[in-house]
Amino acid sequence: MSVASLAAVEVEYPGRGKALGPFDLAVAEGEIVALVGPSGCGKSTALRLLAGLEQPTRGTVSRTPGRGETSVVFQSPTLMPWASALANVALPLDLAGVDKDEARRQAADALARVGLSGATAAKPAQLSGGMAMRVSLARALVTEPKLLLLDEPFAALDEITRRDLAADIHLLWAETRPAVIFVTHNVEEAVYMASRVVVMSASPGRTFNITWTDPVMPRPAHFRTTLEFRSAAEAISRDLAASMGRAA
Amino acid sequence: MNRAIVDIAAPLVLIAVLLAGWEAACRIMSIPSYFLPPPSEIAKAAVNSAPILFMSAWNTLFMALKALVVASVLACGVALVVALNQTLEKAVQPLAVALQVTPVIAIAPQVVIWAGLAHPERAIVALAVIVAFFPIFSGALTGLKSTDPDLERLFDLYGATRWQRLRRLRIPSSIPFVLEGHKVAGGLAVIGAVVAEFVAGSGGAQGLAWRILESSNRLQTARTFAAVIVLAIMGALLHAVLRYAERAILKRLRGR
Ligand SMILES: Nc1ncnc2c1ncn2[C@@H]1O[C@H](COP(=O)(O)OP(=O)(O)O)[C@@H](O)[C@H]1O
Ligand SMILES: [Mg+2]
Repeated sequence: MSVASLAAVEVEYPGRGKALGPFDLAVAEGEIVALVGPSGCGKSTALRLLAGLEQPTRGTVSRTPGRGETSVVFQSPTLMPWASALANVALPLDLAGVDKDEARRQAADALARVGLSGATAAKPAQLSGGMAMRVSLARALVTEPKLLLLDEPFAALDEITRRDLAADIHLLWAETRPAVIFVTHNVEEAVYMASRVVVMSASPGRTFNITWTDPVMPRPAHFRTTLEFRSAAEAISRDLAASMGRAA
Repeated sequence: MNRAIVDIAAPLVLIAVLLAGWEAACRIMSIPSYFLPPPSEIAKAAVNSAPILFMSAWNTLFMALKALVVASVLACGVALVVALNQTLEKAVQPLAVALQVTPVIAIAPQVVIWAGLAHPERAIVALAVIVAFFPIFSGALTGLKSTDPDLERLFDLYGATRWQRLRRLRIPSSIPFVLEGHKVAGGLAVIGAVVAEFVAGSGGAQGLAWRILESSNRLQTARTFAAVIVLAIMGALLHAVLRYAERAILKRLRGR
């Protein structure tokens, strides 16, 4: 059963020409799909369609999650600088009219799950990049979404921080198993995170190739050193280079 | 040498050198003091009329502050209403710009008449409000519209109402811009008050502008200079206070 899907969607921005498509993508319950492609090919646009934040110029978007059942994590933490970590995480619940104390309690719980129980009172400017991203993740998880859209969430983080966060996202995902679409331009990250990697061609983005990888999640220790990981990463790197019209 | 000491000492040294040159030039060339008094005479005049200059400065400052408060309430209120409605914004924008580009001196005489010649302080506050309005209004409007687009998307995603969006996103986002607007408006309110005092003449409002007019009519040039210097110091102090308040509020808001 697909949680959300795009069928032959095309997006045109006035005065800019075509930004995406025709493009197809579906994500099933409990599945993690990675979307890889050159920058500007329309990955963020595809996510906005799947989130229901934008309508396609042509084609069909199908979504099963109801209101408040989709969460998005952006490339930057996108926190309200004037609000504490706790208030930031409680935002989706507050907007949905959840009782204030109950919202705070659930937000504190979500912060604890991302390992930030000590930082509830901190403002975003007092957090490191990795911590701010975890707050953003807690805010996305606090509503227990059916569909989780991650738009290059690690792009601004250093290597160690992104590896820790990638492993933690799998652990958190395993608790409720939402459908996840993970956008990245890092091939190894895509192979680590997802059981299916969709490579897009340069703008306007279309599907260039799809690679199925090991479906076992969370990933076993040393997954990154396995032959399977290496060969999937190499195949996808070749696809990505070819999609940009270059030899690998 | 310590950086902070250099930062403070450098302008003081420059001022001291300029003052010394000025004093020497006046003495050597025997310039008449009604034409250009030496700094020593200005200092003497300042000390002799200190009480009255302080009182006048307080009068001017008080009117400027009153105007700042009124302008703040008006400008923030209008910006809020206008930010909610694109058509209204388009309608108000040219009027606001016209108000801003019209020199306050050009409308001052008429405003003085409207306020009643017996109430120059009303005209002075009104004119200072007019000049202080625009920076706060445009700061608030810019701030209300300069929210992070991804945060706006997040509010869309969670189905926020217009009121939730305004109260929880747009108003807090606008605070740095509103504070910046107040900093600019503070200086302008003083200028507006002084210009209005010049036009209103004496009446009941005895501000610094009146002291300047009075002493320059009597060729008490040293006292004129002293009043101008008090005016400059007053403006600088107000600016410093507003800047301090801006930083303190932002620090509290962002936690650092
Ligand atoms: N709101 C918009 N208005 C106009 N053009 C846009 C808008 N959003 C994205 N685009 C354009 O659409 C293309 C795809 O953008 P995007 O989806 O952000 O790409 P990606 O996330 O893959 O880097 C780009 O050329 C971008 O400039
Ligand atoms: Mg993008």
